[in-house]
Amino acid sequence: MRPTVTFLNDRLIEQIISEARQILCVLGVEIHNKGVLSLLSDYGARVNMKTYHVVFTQEVIEAALKTVPGSFKLFDVMGNETHNFSKHRIHFTPGSAAINILDHRSQKIRKPSTKDYVDYVKVVSQLENIASQSTALIPDDVHEGFSDSYRLFLSLLYCEKPVVTGTFKAESFTVMKDFQVAVRGTDKALVEKPLSIFSCCPTSPLKWSDVTSQNVVDCAKYSIPVEFISMPLSGFVAPVTLVGTLIQHTAETLSGIIISQLTNPGAPILYGGSPAIFDIRYETTPMGAVETMMVDCAYNEIGKSLGIPTQAYISLSDAKQLDAQAGIESGIGAVLAALSGINNISGPGMLDFESCQSLGKLVLDNEICGMVFRLIEGIEPKEDFPALPIFQELLKEGHLLISKHTRTYLKDEHFFPGPVINRSNRARWEDEGSLTLEDRAVNEVEKLLDNYRPSELTDNIKRELVSLMEREAQRYGQNNLPERPE
Amino acid sequence: MKGRVIEMDLLKQISDFLQQGDDGKVFDLTKQAIEENIAPKDILDLGLIAGMNVIGEQFRKHEIFLPDVLLAARAMYSGMDQLKPLLIKEGIPSAGKVVIGTVKGDLHDIGKNLVGIMLRGAGFEVIDLGKGVFAEQFVETAVKEQAKVIGMSALLTTTTPLMKNVTDLLRENGLNNQIKTIIGGAPVSKEFAQEIGADAYAYDAAKAVECVKQLIDLA
Repeated sequence: MRPTVTFLNDRLIEQIISEARQILCVLGVEIHNKGVLSLLSDYGARVNMKTYHVVFTQEVIEAALKTVPGSFKLFDVMGNETHNFSKHRIHFTPGSAAINILDHRSQKIRKPSTKDYVDYVKVVSQLENIASQSTALIPDDVHEGFSDSYRLFLSLLYCEKPVVTGTFKAESFTVMKDFQVAVRGTDKALVEKPLSIFSCCPTSPLKWSDVTSQNVVDCAKYSIPVEFISMPLSGFVAPVTLVGTLIQHTAETLSGIIISQLTNPGAPILYGGSPAIFDIRYETTPMGAVETMMVDCAYNEIGKSLGIPTQAYISLSDAKQLDAQAGIESGIGAVLAALSGINNISGPGMLDFESCQSLGKLVLDNEICGMVFRLIEGIEPKEDFPALPIFQELLKEGHLLISKHTRTYLKDEHFFPGPVINRSNRARWEDEGSLTLEDRAVNEVEKLLDNYRPSELTDNIKRELVSLMEREAQRYGQNNLPERPE
Repeated sequence: MKGRVIEMDLLKQISDFLQQGDDGKVFDLTKQAIEENIAPKDILDLGLIAGMNVIGEQFRKHEIFLPDVLLAARAMYSGMDQLKPLLIKEGIPSAGKVVIGTVKGDLHDIGKNLVGIMLRGAGFEVIDLGKGVFAEQFVETAVKEQAKVIGMSALLTTTTPLMKNVTDLLRENGLNNQIKTIIGGAPVSKEFAQEIGADAYAYDAAKAVECVKQLIDLA
């Protein structure tokens, strides 16, 4: 039996959705994009072009919800299926879009470069419990005008895993779509085998910017999956209560679903988010707060009740370095997310309120994810009944170390993390150098960097990606891209 | 030359099947090697021990798990049982004899048993005195059997002083140069080993094999 956790009962879920729909039909939302407003107006929503305000009807909401796909899949650059967003299946994705990196060698926080991004991609390409890459860092050594597409370019060039990404400006969408079409060959092939998910974020409370709403439309047109990242902050720009926060999150996410589904009915989406409580002591938005995680798990239940696969920024930490806080917050988040069945669990590697990626933390989190995958397998009998034969063997042999039963089930029943998580006895640990967790994480990062094997994407496609990127960079006056590592 | 190549191929097969833990195949191939008049020492060193060395290294690097080591050890026994009479006949000594036991007052023997299995797997002859063993028993057996190493295990803090009785007894009888001691178990440590004059401390079974190899060279 798979272990599960729930926070809401059916009645409360119904109430939250009902209140959110009422907000959309009475107060509406602001959408600073006339094209989107026109689209909504065509479907019967009440639109004020001057104030960028739209009020929905129950019919519009219903129409949008009817066409949302209940599941979809992702495929890597080679066309192999890697993700199945359905039911309670879970997948981990590194936290994305950090402006800083915690240098694993110096343990100093600094701005990331192209080399840092490539190092990150090389590491994530080998992490077996993290199925996708995200555009996790914003390289500081290119013009900011194309720093969004540049991340996707590097990711597709160096790593085969699908990418969770996003744009910083509407114009970037074209080249980011073109990269993916270059990998797949045709627009149709990309629709058949999605390669990325774009994060699209409304602005709390109840607003969509020009860029993000346009992004939802663009992705929908090409059937590129979108994860909606509503970010209500409890007690600041959202009600302090968790239920109030959930009502706001539901309203904001439903408004995104309406834009997507009216643009292209059936466009794939994840019911996602990155809500947080607001810590009034420090004026911060703690992702590691237990209430933040409770809201994440609860909106996942709401998304599931609507028949939509889900996402959350939940297995991450607000610690500033790879310390006990980093482990505990990420671990609790990962466990709760998995028990809740959140389909795309974002966060590994991330520190400091989603602002700092750490390769050391990423390799630790990979092991945490491995333990979590074991956890959700639950406890199932495996040739355990009748019990007499195995106990007769135990008493006869004195141990079961080489019993057929042990050999058959050992690797399914027990997950062995390491080398970042250390389970040796103290004497062995001392004999092997008394390495701290940080030391072990650094060593593992270095080992993965040494062991990296290039993506098997063809040279022709890689050249096409470079050519597309160079043209995009030239639009921003940058004629040479930074030197790329092997 | 051709014969040597075929011979090497057969020994490599013994090593490979041993690494896979296939005791049946190792038994058959060892039998075949003996019938083909390959020198017993070559079968031992280039077949069985060569395979166990690979296993030991993989285990040390966490590439394989304990059951894999034990299966390989079982495969090794299936070959060794046939080779042993031939090795004795030819006067080829075993890798060395080791006397092991859980010290008097302690009835925990899982760790000690594991050490025994691993030592046998590495080609050592192991005399297991069981649990609740007196100091005199350790020393007398080692002398009688011409063992080069005594391995002592304990889980209870209260029983560890008996380990010192063994090292004292060896010293008092002038045996401490030819019989080396190694200790293990949760309450003991490298420091405790030094304190009581034991020659080595092993924190786990794999380490015990490594230490015993070094001690045999010293004894």
